[in-house]
Amino acid sequence: MHPRDWIEVRPHGVYCKVGDFYIDPMQPVERAVVTHGHADHARAGHGHVWATEATLAIMRARYGETHYLMTENPLAYGEAIEIGGVRVSLHPAGHILGSAQARLEHAGASIVFSGDYKRRPDPTCAPFEPVPCDVFVTEATFALPVFRHPPLEDEIARLLISLAQFPERCHLIGVYALGKCQGMIRALRAAGYGETIYLHGAMQKLCELYESFGIALGTLELVTPENARTLAGKIVLCPPSALQDRWSRKLPDVLTAAASGWMRIRARARQKGVELPLVVSDHADWDELTQTLVDVGAPEVWVTHGRDDALVYYAQQHGFKAQALHLLGYEDDSE
Amino acid sequence: MKAFSQLLEKLYYEPATSAKERLLLDYFATTPDPDRGFAVAIIGGSLSLPNFKRGMVLDLIRARVDPQLLAMSHDYVGELSETVAHLWPTPAIPPNDPELPPLHEVVAGLRHTPKARLPDYVAGLLDRMTSPERWALLKIGAGALRIGVSARLLKQVLAKYGNQPIERIETLWHGVDPPYEALFAWLERRAEAPVVHERLTFTPVMLAHPLEEKDYGLIVPETYVAEWKYDGIRVQCVKSAIGRALFTRTGDDISGSFPDALEHLNFHAVLDGELLVQRGIELGSFNDLQQRLGRKSPSGKLMADYPATMTVYDVLMLEGEDVRPLPYESRRELLQGALHKYQPVGISLSPQIPWHEFSQLEEARASVDNLSVIEGLMLKRRDSAYVAGRPTGPWYKWKINPKLVDAVLMYAQRGSGRRSSFYSDFTFGLWRDGELLPIGKAYFGFTDAELVELDKWVRHHTLKTFGPVREVRKELVFEVAFDAVHRSTRHKSGYALRFPRISRIRWDKPASEADHLTALERLMG
Repeated sequence: MHPRDWIEVRPHGVYCKVGDFYIDPMQPVERAVVTHGHADHARAGHGHVWATEATLAIMRARYGETHYLMTENPLAYGEAIEIGGVRVSLHPAGHILGSAQARLEHAGASIVFSGDYKRRPDPTCAPFEPVPCDVFVTEATFALPVFRHPPLEDEIARLLISLAQFPERCHLIGVYALGKCQGMIRALRAAGYGETIYLHGAMQKLCELYESFGIALGTLELVTPENARTLAGKIVLCPPSALQDRWSRKLPDVLTAAASGWMRIRARARQKGVELPLVVSDHADWDELTQTLVDVGAPEVWVTHGRDDALVYYAQQHGFKAQALHLLGYEDDSE
Repeated sequence: MKAFSQLLEKLYYEPATSAKERLLLDYFATTPDPDRGFAVAIIGGSLSLPNFKRGMVLDLIRARVDPQLLAMSHDYVGELSETVAHLWPTPAIPPNDPELPPLHEVVAGLRHTPKARLPDYVAGLLDRMTSPERWALLKIGAGALRIGVSARLLKQVLAKYGNQPIERIETLWHGVDPPYEALFAWLERRAEAPVVHERLTFTPVMLAHPLEEKDYGLIVPETYVAEWKYDGIRVQCVKSAIGRALFTRTGDDISGSFPDALEHLNFHAVLDGELLVQRGIELGSFNDLQQRLGRKSPSGKLMADYPATMTVYDVLMLEGEDVRPLPYESRRELLQGALHKYQPVGISLSPQIPWHEFSQLEEARASVDNLSVIEGLMLKRRDSAYVAGRPTGPWYKWKINPKLVDAVLMYAQRGSGRRSSFYSDFTFGLWRDGELLPIGKAYFGFTDAELVELDKWVRHHTLKTFGPVREVRKELVFEVAFDAVHRSTRHKSGYALRFPRISRIRWDKPASEADHLTALERLMG
């Protein structure tokens, strides 16, 4: 049976009618399959939750041990279970620690929800695996050909050059607390930056969690009222919302940076008052999105949150059956 | 070229003027001639590249990118240069010489490559560049950098670089050409100041402060004279032994656009005045003047139908003498005498408004006709010297109060540049027989917080989307201010507003209580 007959979009999110469960629902529901731990995909208060062990750990860290009401069910990558007669398995998405694609199979047809994903190597998570299927549901956060993320090493090099050029300035970098933060730290360590990296309090718990999963982040320290004034020439990571916050005022001569795929668009960087935009993303860029359609090879593509019109157009031009799946509630800016 | 691209990138993202200054000073100190001089010309907008056209850039990118994807990308990014910089594909065959030429070679290439070969030359450069370098090249071609460095700031930095007063730079500025090697030699004390007397140069103009209520008490007839404030184009008209020139108040040479105005000046002088057009024996409205704006070489018919004239109010140089230090009243006598002596056609003296009580000024201001080319009063100190810039006290401008209506938001469009991701461009209308008719469009007048809130409102109240435009629910009321209203057959409503701007968002006011079209009729005055 074609997935269109057993999958539908409801106000709470994508719903599997046969199995009576949601994927990444925006509101608390009875049964939820969660692809990854970002707050717009993983909400608290579901009855039963299926996700990878790492994603469940992230949900516990963010929402407490009782983020679910009935059960939480860890799934290993590739392990298949039945939910209400639908075969469900999770597969690596390469987005952040624990991130997964969800594969659903029912009555001889299969559909894969990519969740958020990227194709570049990331030492903090398992690499994306193309999973053959009849319908591939892809994200489209950066689905315009203007989005081509430069190599991560180049962006890290720009940051280190700026640090050498302005040793009197505290380099404050806005990063998403889950994934981007730890990815930036790992990339800095890989580039040979061995100094202490300073953190806004919002990053601490998730960095500890990454370390508990064996991802070494080097020496980290929290910014405190006592050490804040001594951080000239240091790297400080904070959530994007704290960049222009009163919190940053006590830091010495701040040079505002931000690490995000959106930083490619000049006006967006300037709107946010960013002086050093670093184009670093945990999402696939245009080339990765289009390559993934080919690698997965599904004859039919549904496109969710982001710039769906361009990717639908491209897919149709290239012989796929494609349509937009209009989902509300996933945040454009969440990276 | 690499160093210049990095400079532009840093200037673009640097918000503080003091830091922009430092970046420019460092660049001047570390970049050799003639590259730094061309950088000054590019940033200051004094480099013309007539063959580098937007259409050429569009053709180049259309040949490389799917038109639909190009359109979607352009719509999203909001600016062509940046869109093309990001979209430009990596060439299949890597270029032979991956190194970029220095800036002066690029400038020479853009200037001297024959028109037919220019697209290939530009494409060859773009193939070798990173996205920020492509952006820099395309911005050089587009001519408008928008990096937050004004011509004034640039001159200030040059003054600082050479430890010279800014006035000296401004006086020299229109007498030197890119790449300004003589200017830099002088700033670095390797040579005398460049000689510019044999050229027609622009003299920096004097500007007025708005008159505020707290300063009404200063305005007494013994000290201040009153003139009308004209709503034309402020110009400086120059004639010397070697010819004539017409400059805008920022020093742009517009001689080519108004040859008819220029030829009227028949004596050696630098005059300050207002460019207006004549309709029959009357002065034309701003609407009439608009027929002439932006025409680089007007036709004979256009000049016959809308002849340009000047109403002059000050003299800076007269027959070779710098009269700026003289008091206003003396300069005016000199000006009056010269006009009487030479009897130029099409140049008239701005009349003074006789007054002995402040209430007469208020009456004069209130009497300004909605459709005239007068937008208020000028108040000038009798003893004031002509000083460049905007000193406080000697000159005040006192504009008429704006007119107001409450209009309903109908359509919203995404802005460009800094506001490219926001709905910041609004069309609004007034009621007639239960239907809204659009009366105008405006962008500015919001704080960033209001802009965000409006953007959100638009996204949540969209009825239909047409590309970058959204039709919204007719539920939000704007208080719209404007200088004048006149009848127009081009608008469905039958009216056109002069200089409309959104003065307030009336979150509190129901759309049904917004104004009817008849409100405009009443404001026609």
